[in-house]
Amino acid sequence: MLRFIAGRLVLLFVTLLAASVVVFSISEFSPGSVARKSLGPYASQEQVESLTKRLKADDPLPLRYVRWLGVLAGVIDDPLQDPATGLDFHDPRGSRYFGNLGYSTLYKMPVNDVIWDRLGNTAILAGLAFAFIIPLSMIFGVLSGMREGSKTDRTLSTLSIVLTSIPEFASSVFLVTLFVILLPLLPGTSPLTESGQWSMASQLILPVAVLVIYDFGYVARMIRISMVEVMEKPYIRTAILKGLSPRRVIMRHALRNAMIAPFTVLLLQVNFLVSGVVVTELVFAYPGFGRMLLEASLFGDITLIEAATLITVTVAVVTQLLGDIGYMLLNPQVRID
Amino acid sequence: MTARPVLSIRNLQVEFRSGEARTLVVPEVSLDIMPGESYGLVGESGCGKTTTALAVMGYLGKGGRIASGNIFLEDEDLVKASPEHLRSVRGRRIGMVYQEPASTLNPTMTIGRQLLEVPIYHLGMSKAEARKLVLATLEDVRMPDPASIMQRYPHQISGGQQQRIVIAMALLARPALILLDEPTAGLDVTVEAVVLDLIMSLRKKYGTSLLFISHNLAQVAKVCDRVGVMYSGVIVEEAPVAELFGKSRHPYTQGLIACVPDVRAGKQHRTLMPIPGRIPLPSERPGGCFFGPRCMHAVKGLCDVSAVPLVQLADSVHAVRCLRAEEGVAPPAAVTGGELKVAPVLGEGLSVTGLSKIYDAPQGGKLVANDDLDIAAARGEILSIVGESGCGKSTFARIIAGLDTPSRGRISFGGRLLAEAGRKGRKAAAQRTVQMVFQNPDGTLNPSHSVGWPIRRVLAKFGLARSAVDVERRTRELFEIVRLPVELATRRPSELSGGQKQRVAIARAFASNPELVVADEPVSALDVSVQAAVVTLLLDIQRHNATTMVFISHDLALVRHIADRVAVMYLGKVMEQGTVEEIFSPPHHPYTEALLSAVSVTEAHQGGIRLTGDTPSPVNLPKGCRFASRCPRKLGPICDSEAPPVQAASPTHEIACHIPLEQLRNPPPLAARPGSAE
Repeated sequence: MLRFIAGRLVLLFVTLLAASVVVFSISEFSPGSVARKSLGPYASQEQVESLTKRLKADDPLPLRYVRWLGVLAGVIDDPLQDPATGLDFHDPRGSRYFGNLGYSTLYKMPVNDVIWDRLGNTAILAGLAFAFIIPLSMIFGVLSGMREGSKTDRTLSTLSIVLTSIPEFASSVFLVTLFVILLPLLPGTSPLTESGQWSMASQLILPVAVLVIYDFGYVARMIRISMVEVMEKPYIRTAILKGLSPRRVIMRHALRNAMIAPFTVLLLQVNFLVSGVVVTELVFAYPGFGRMLLEASLFGDITLIEAATLITVTVAVVTQLLGDIGYMLLNPQVRID
Repeated sequence: MTARPVLSIRNLQVEFRSGEARTLVVPEVSLDIMPGESYGLVGESGCGKTTTALAVMGYLGKGGRIASGNIFLEDEDLVKASPEHLRSVRGRRIGMVYQEPASTLNPTMTIGRQLLEVPIYHLGMSKAEARKLVLATLEDVRMPDPASIMQRYPHQISGGQQQRIVIAMALLARPALILLDEPTAGLDVTVEAVVLDLIMSLRKKYGTSLLFISHNLAQVAKVCDRVGVMYSGVIVEEAPVAELFGKSRHPYTQGLIACVPDVRAGKQHRTLMPIPGRIPLPSERPGGCFFGPRCMHAVKGLCDVSAVPLVQLADSVHAVRCLRAEEGVAPPAAVTGGELKVAPVLGEGLSVTGLSKIYDAPQGGKLVANDDLDIAAARGEILSIVGESGCGKSTFARIIAGLDTPSRGRISFGGRLLAEAGRKGRKAAAQRTVQMVFQNPDGTLNPSHSVGWPIRRVLAKFGLARSAVDVERRTRELFEIVRLPVELATRRPSELSGGQKQRVAIARAFASNPELVVADEPVSALDVSVQAAVVTLLLDIQRHNATTMVFISHDLALVRHIADRVAVMYLGKVMEQGTVEEIFSPPHHPYTEALLSAVSVTEAHQGGIRLTGDTPSPVNLPKGCRFASRCPRKLGPICDSEAPPVQAASPTHEIACHIPLEQLRNPPPLAARPGSAE
């Protein structure tokens, strides 16, 4: 087991490295320069060129990548923090330390100061949404899958398909119309600041609701299919013909087996919730990770994009690892020694 | 027996609904099971025997319901019982044992938890009491080390052990009746024998009544007191077991008996008599006698007029649903002796020398699937490989067919090299000469192509037909050879029955005019009557084309019936090989002896030789004889430490055993052996 986890951690490291190379190379082809975007459309070509030089953005790609890697590992000083560049980039942690993610050209702040707050905000949103998605999807999935084709099944299935097919922006607008404009019960934006009449909790309700509505139906469908399959297994017949009550059959014999296959899908939702909630964050002006990633990409803020990539890849690999471990715990036929 | 029956089914009708359509799967079944009686229900798949059992349990699944009739358990009618009441009957007063124990047990619950449920739920026992009862019952079903078994998951024990767990589960609440639905399907012959012995001894101990469902007549003959033969949802004949097998009156029963191969007779002496046609679907039952269209004794204007009643014969224990029963219709005349229906032997055929196949085991170590095999068969002969699952017979088949390469040794056919260690791939010409028929006809035909497609492909790929017209003509011929209507060529596999699919598979294998055909358990998934037809067909084609055939099987009676030469394998090694006559008469290798004893008809349940334990793992094999750990005639330490010598009982008969030939020739009587007493 320990060897298995160690192996996965090595794999994580390799994946991180590969992903960072790919992101670096791809951002090379995105149009527009950081310098032009910083200075605005009315700056002269000379100004742009001078800033590009000072940002060392015209160095060859491999050099810039190796430099980024060196700064991250804390082997070299971040050249952009050199006062000689006149960029006024200053990281209170110093210019050389392990885990230095560089300086964000977009926010004019060290990446480490930007990204963790944003990630924390998203984690709150994602965590709350996930806490609702798990029980809701399990209840919907199990109830509809335990008697395929029954009235309950058809009702719940239709409901989850409909909810899942409504795009986030549509349900956002709908909910805002309902609870902000018609019945002014909730705030329309969620900047997560304590200003005004809206408490932090009230600011979270609508974004969480949008995410839950969008996502749980899909997971419920997965659990339903698995449940339908399990209910047809001979061992369920054995349990019924042992004389067990339907409740015991479901809870003791079907549930664990039915959760084996959808478990991975359930954990994949964590990835989606961390990096894929751009639309919701944008609609509610939520200062989250997804929105930051979008802005960084539009601006071409390579250090921020890289840092976000490392985080999302880590989240993805770790959830996969958790998925595999959970799979092993659920399914005694798969055990890795 | 003056007591009331434990179970009494009266005029049971079961129908299934799907949308508006209704199908009467069971039109009428009535039967009684007395206390302590073992009642056998036999018939081909689709005859409604499992449905009848599930109706007793009140569990018919989606769309199924009891349309009319009564099911009395002692004196209460289960048809009218409420769901709550049914629950108190299931598992408590009626236990059930299913086919395929592997899928019957919950894979994510320990065996202990699954067993404990029964006494806790039904008998209201405390956990400690329940545990005591479970341990005692596990002793009853002869599980070694019950306490540790309870901790394990079903996949961690063997198939035979799994079935013993299911039997223990059925026994726990001491039910009055146990329903056994093909309890030995999918188990090896030796394991099957042990499980049947166990069922019989437990029945004696607890006086439980049994409803034993099987398609295997030999098994029913061993285990049951009374037998009902089911056909298309009705019982067509019912009689005490000796009466039924000795004096069967219904042509269907006679037909079923005639198509079962007998371990005592080879192909020179007896031809299997398949029943023509197939069992009608519930929606296409004919008027009058359901068996009429397939019956050789049917009389027009008599048998096809109105429904035939089940009539008690004069002696009152024998009932038959046949209008001509009183006339005493004769069973089909068995073709015996006379013409020697064997393909001519035409010189050098298959020659396998020093063949080994070694895999790297996932847990480390070496998995020896085939170990230094030397096997030969002359051209036109049928070589049968027998042994339990895991003995390496399928690996051997795959290597001959070219699906795998040997680790050592070589295989040649007719003097030409077919396969050799280190050589990958095979020339098209060699592929053409060796073809294979696989075990499961459902899985081997591509569901998205018509069944004619693989045959046309073979013809095109090997350049055997020049034009499209040629291909069509040859396909037509092949379908005629396997006696299928040509129109079926355009159908999808899902529209064909199992027997029809296997005929297609045979046509495909013979499409390239192969000289060697490897058949891996080709009929083990088919019903007896269909099996007889397919085997007869295979033998006909083989004889006609003088094809050499390697026939892999675990069914000794079938092997006896078709083989010229037999190799008995155990854990990758040949234990004994020789002509079919030599294998089936002494001297025997102790393993062959045990296999034969397991299927023997005469020894019934008086306890023949029973192998204990399971086949050991083929990883890191013992130095001595592979069979030593289970051998009932083990000599001593020599069997564990030294590989047995290969003794030649005749120029064609080899036995690998330490026991001198003289002793093998004269086996000691069973009673004198330890562990054989029951």
